[in-house]
Amino acid sequence: MLWRFLGLLLLLTALGGCATTGGNPHDPLEGYNRAMFGFNEGVDNAIVKPVASGYKTVMPEFARTGVTNFFSNLRDPWIGVNNILQGKVGAGASDFGRFAMNTTVGILGLFDVASNAGLEKHNEDFGQTLGRWGVGSGAYVMLPILGPSTVRDGVSLFAVDWHGDPLWYVGNIPARNELMGVRLVDNRANLLDAGRLAEEAALDHYAYVRDAYLQRRRSLIYDGDPPPEPEPAKTSESGDGKDAAARAGTELPPAQITTQWGERVITAADEELTPAKEFSEAKAQPVAARQEAAGAPGSIYEPRIPYNNDALLVAPGEARIGFAQTSVRP
Amino acid sequence: MKVVIALCFSVFASAVSAQDLAPDAQVKKITDEVIGVIKQDKDIQGGNQKKINDLVDAKVLPYFNFSHMTALAVGRNWPKASAEQQKMLTSEFRTLLVRTYSSALSTYKNQVIEFKPLRAAAADTDVTVRTQVKQPGAEPISIDYSMEKIPSGWKVYDVAVGGVSLVTNYRETFNAEIRDGGVDSLIKSLASKNRSLETQTGSKPK
Repeated sequence: MLWRFLGLLLLLTALGGCATTGGNPHDPLEGYNRAMFGFNEGVDNAIVKPVASGYKTVMPEFARTGVTNFFSNLRDPWIGVNNILQGKVGAGASDFGRFAMNTTVGILGLFDVASNAGLEKHNEDFGQTLGRWGVGSGAYVMLPILGPSTVRDGVSLFAVDWHGDPLWYVGNIPARNELMGVRLVDNRANLLDAGRLAEEAALDHYAYVRDAYLQRRRSLIYDGDPPPEPEPAKTSESGDGKDAAARAGTELPPAQITTQWGERVITAADEELTPAKEFSEAKAQPVAARQEAAGAPGSIYEPRIPYNNDALLVAPGEARIGFAQTSVRP
Repeated sequence: MKVVIALCFSVFASAVSAQDLAPDAQVKKITDEVIGVIKQDKDIQGGNQKKINDLVDAKVLPYFNFSHMTALAVGRNWPKASAEQQKMLTSEFRTLLVRTYSSALSTYKNQVIEFKPLRAAAADTDVTVRTQVKQPGAEPISIDYSMEKIPSGWKVYDVAVGGVSLVTNYRETFNAEIRDGGVDSLIKSLASKNRSLETQTGSKPK
């Protein structure tokens, strides 16, 4: 499906041309994205959400769980492939084990017996595999109907993940489309509450969904335990203040302040001056140096980003951590 | 996801005695208590907002540090806000968070919550308590509570659901708002959001 790949790239390049300046460095296509978000919302409100709501009302819960399990099971082999591509052979084997068990004992996947047997469901796709390999996410892109994505994840979806989706191999086209429709509705039905909550919670629904997607993907790539690295601040046209704001906004939430830092300084907490727990445990640096770097308590701390930060970020995880422990991270 | 958000808050309901516990034990105790209440109360399961608000108010809120949460969400602009502005921001943000997440409480359906071993030394005053919610047909969703020890006990200052911080997820929006219209504009936006939610649901959390 090379044409899809190229088509998407072309589309993205074209969109990049009319990128809005200012705003979020992860979202240079914000103008287009907001328009597409509005379009998706329209389609969702007019068609998908009402159908999903009806489906949820009509179908008893055990039946919906069966449908969810069925489609979930079909994804497991591809999840396994991606786990293996990421070097997580044990997890990959477990995914194939899940598929074998649920397809047989679980009656074509209607029952998730494997989870009860201790084989945990995983969440992997080729976009995550690329992320694991060090490919950056690129710009945030709102795909038509499919929703939030990035250049990396979108290209992966169209060029690669597609091949790992068994539904595409269903020969009978009407049957295939029907299955896909049911899957879409089932997915949406499972997200009804979450969608309502996000709408209620958000000041700016578009930005809320975007930032949640980016945080979520980053967490998934590292299987829930991402390193607390600053994202590269690529736009510098608007000065230090904005760069720092952008960095602060994309960094990991949980601040891990060690006791060595003494009293928590609330004005600095949001700047993520804190080393990750892993780092602080390593005790790679003398305490005095850290305190010097942090400045006096109460002062605003600006994280220092090394010149080769971009290179650093695409380096494999091991190298990056080693680097961070030695000298760069304050 | 839905349940998961509900549980974030459910976890923190409890008696005063929980304050003497280790942070993970505290989370566990409160989780068990709140889930116990929800399981027995048909009104809450049915979405009775008043009862949910009371539950959250009495059992959950004492364990959250809202000024720290707000500071975290506002980010680098926090020190630039006056004390009065900080107070108003905290109050409005608190209302928004409490309302959103208490409305999620009613979606709990017998999910199993597992606690991961706490990776912290006894003397630590800032820890992350990691939990997982098991759901049928889906991968488990993590809920991580960032907690700090202050004189009145362990308090939550951030909750991350599936790796998404419910606090810092607001940061970009808040930054943009402050950049465009200043801190007062953000306060106004939060206040009007809260008002519109109030008229929608017709209930007002404290």
